[in-house]
Amino acid sequence: MSIPEVPRRSWIQRWHVKGIAVTGLLLVLLVASSRMTGVDVGMFFSNFGQFLNLLVRMSHPAWEYTNVIVQPLLETIQMAILGTTIGAALAVPFAILSASNLIHNRFLRGLTRLFLDLVRTLPDLLLAAIFVAVFGIGSTAGVVTLAIFSFGMVSKLFYEVIETIDMGSLEALTSVGASKVTIIWYAVLPQILNQFVSYFLYTLEINVRASTVLGYLGAGGIGVFLQRSLNEFNYSQTAVIILATLAVVLVIDGISNHLRRVLL
Amino acid sequence: MEEAPIISFKHVNKIYSNGTVGLKDINFEIPQGQFLVVVGLSGAGKSTLLRTINRMHEITSGEIKIDGEPIQTYKGQALRLLRRKIGMIFQGFNLVNRSSVERNVLSGRVSYYPTWKTLCGLFTQADREMAVRSLQRVNLADKLYTRADELSGGQQQRVAIARTLMQEPKIILADEPVASLDPLTTKAVMDTLQRLNREDNITVIVNLHSVPLARQYADRIIGLQAGQLVYDRPISEVTEADLNDIYVTEAVQA
Repeated sequence: MSIPEVPRRSWIQRWHVKGIAVTGLLLVLLVASSRMTGVDVGMFFSNFGQFLNLLVRMSHPAWEYTNVIVQPLLETIQMAILGTTIGAALAVPFAILSASNLIHNRFLRGLTRLFLDLVRTLPDLLLAAIFVAVFGIGSTAGVVTLAIFSFGMVSKLFYEVIETIDMGSLEALTSVGASKVTIIWYAVLPQILNQFVSYFLYTLEINVRASTVLGYLGAGGIGVFLQRSLNEFNYSQTAVIILATLAVVLVIDGISNHLRRVLL
Repeated sequence: MEEAPIISFKHVNKIYSNGTVGLKDINFEIPQGQFLVVVGLSGAGKSTLLRTINRMHEITSGEIKIDGEPIQTYKGQALRLLRRKIGMIFQGFNLVNRSSVERNVLSGRVSYYPTWKTLCGLFTQADREMAVRSLQRVNLADKLYTRADELSGGQQQRVAIARTLMQEPKIILADEPVASLDPLTTKAVMDTLQRLNREDNITVIVNLHSVPLARQYADRIIGLQAGQLVYDRPISEVTEADLNDIYVTEAVQA
């Protein structure tokens, strides 16, 4: 009995040389980069005691402090909602202009993407510092910072969603004689809406957390109180702030999950 | 005197940017109201041929006339108006799955409105009634508010036909409209196309793989092989042996 003829593989394919080589290379790079940057993993473990000490001090939350932080926490949520909404709304046209399946003009697409890369490169802390200088201490600076930060992040997430859509309905709308804008409205938006909502809420969640940090720079919200409690080594207050922020994040996460189920 | 053809191909060539020959010196005419079936193997150029008629594909050289007018120079609004009078039906139905049947059907009407009105969904009452009538013609009026992806394949294809009807087309191009359907729904879809052809005098051009279907519905059959027109007969002169040749000769060559 003869063995049926099958295509032959070269030894490179047979022993998965490429896969192994790439994995090996990545491992070498990882080790080399930790050497070069001088990361000392041992220090993490030897100083772990201090970390535990902090945790212990935070383990008695000063519950009466909750009343004080309700107002700034609400302000933080408002800042996050406003900033995310403005950023996401601005992101939609840019995401469309960056999607390779909608815009075939490479130059235009490249230009938009370059602009988005630039926006994403600016760290949010730098933005906050600039806008606090421009608008003064307060939540306006925070909202503008969050809007720009969300814009950069959301537009990338959005255009990646757009690039995965089914192109069939676009073809159909084109054959009907629809204009480009109508095609986007009728065939693209329905396909991406639920993912948009989901990414919007994800960004909102990130912004709630980010705005706690922005408060450090005077951009308003709960962050101001977080900074104060840390400066005063009042870790029982810090614990309350962290728990309250966690509660907000959990609520947003719950809403997000619910909406995804409903909209899908 | 014979009536002028609604579509005419003169020395049409299509070469893809990677050098593949899509169409090679295609010459033929289609009279108004004909039910034309295009047969040929996958990759013979059937889809390409169909899509050159509504300029979804551009040709490399030659001339295509519709209603006596060369279409190659059309741009913008003129191109959209050309596409408006040519309905197209696809193998994959190409509905917007997450939208309602009504919205899908109405989307066939958008080229009659300025863009801003389509964005606001400002369709006239008359057009909304027309959408219902179009669905009645494909026996799906009860699905008006159903989401498109809740329908079966055959139903989705009929919704796609209703969408096309909203264009009030003079020509319908159908690219393998039944390739992903079972025999029963195949009959429903092909019968619908035949009815539109006979009742509304719409010129219908269908790409098919199935020789029996082609013989059953066509007024005329043309055959493509490697981008060339190798067969063109009215149905009265078509024999089974001819059609088998279109498939077999190429299979032997390959």
